[in-house]
Amino acid sequence: MTLQDIRDTRVWRSVFRGGSGATNLRRSMAIQQNVFLHLASVKARERALQFSVTWYLGTLSFGTFLILVVTGILLMLYYHPSVPQAYADMKDLQFVVSAGVFLRNLHRWSAHTMVLLVFAHMFKVFYRGAYRKPREFNWVIGVVLLIVTLLLSYTGYLLPWDQLAYWAITVGSNIMSAVPVMGQKVRFLMLGGNTVNANALLRFYVLHCVILPLAAILFIAVHFWRIRKDGGLYTGHKESQ
Amino acid sequence: MPEDDKTQPTRREAFIKLGVGSVVAACAGAAVFGYSYLSPNVLYEPSPIANAGKPDRYPRGSVTQDLEAGIYIVHGPEGFYALSATCTHLGCLTVWNADLGIIACPCHGSKFSEQGVKLEGPAPRGLPWLKVWLSDEGELLVDRASVIPPKQYLRT
Repeated sequence: MTLQDIRDTRVWRSVFRGGSGATNLRRSMAIQQNVFLHLASVKARERALQFSVTWYLGTLSFGTFLILVVTGILLMLYYHPSVPQAYADMKDLQFVVSAGVFLRNLHRWSAHTMVLLVFAHMFKVFYRGAYRKPREFNWVIGVVLLIVTLLLSYTGYLLPWDQLAYWAITVGSNIMSAVPVMGQKVRFLMLGGNTVNANALLRFYVLHCVILPLAAILFIAVHFWRIRKDGGLYTGHKESQ
Repeated sequence: MPEDDKTQPTRREAFIKLGVGSVVAACAGAAVFGYSYLSPNVLYEPSPIANAGKPDRYPRGSVTQDLEAGIYIVHGPEGFYALSATCTHLGCLTVWNADLGIIACPCHGSKFSEQGVKLEGPAPRGLPWLKVWLSDEGELLVDRASVIPPKQYLRT
């Protein structure tokens, strides 16, 4: 049985309606009719695929995000967001759970790497002038994604519930309360109280594991889709005219 | 449609206004609802009043830190007083250094005297003095929520 035979089966054709075949139409339909791939362009300029154009920084940022989602979901299976259980669970992940220390460290290093890559991606886009018309709105989406990335980093900081986490969030939330008029209120709502405590841990957990990742996925989808809508990746001032 | 009367809104316009108005009202209601849901009405936080025990636990000329309560009980020459141990910079817990005779913050290096006076930044202010009184059982009570002007001593 060849690959072509499998592609011609009724089951395969029910999933991939475009069918197979090495024509441009079939190839286009394979992209267009896939819910994930349809965010991307059917065609890309050869220049846009070269390393020097993007250094692949956006794709690498997305790669670290995928690693973080997978390792994060696995870490959630052993982690209780409660006081003082959270700290013990974190230590269990390090010393008791098989491969726990690997997953925890992978999550941690990917998080650091993602922040680094997102900044590098923004610098690359900025200094190449790729944010200019007609890509202004995608730059704005990118800024939102930077903020979401930093918030994910910050909320994840508290979850180990060790001394560093506790005092870092104490300091961070006090910085926030310096915002005029609403600073104290925002701090109270974010911590769910006046001090960094069980409520704060739970709120940060929900933000870190549900709300912020959903926001990130939503804005990443728009970000990718806008690349296509804005005429593909910016490859230099000559091509974009 | 009858003749266009520019001053009278059509039925459709009126319904659009009603619809938009309802959505705006629903959004405002959701904002109020969300805000009140997210503000806890009951907090299981420790009471601001801390019991520091019998005054004779503190010899004259001593600075004692209560780590749990986040306060200092000082028995100075003029009497007792209590200082908040929370740094006025960004809320870290300071520590009493008996060798140097200062209160120091580990986070960003602020320094205070045993009277709470700021010796070195980045803290913007000195450590606040807290209300101290004796309970009926003769124990020192400190209200961490009520700041008093400095130099008010409790004599026992």
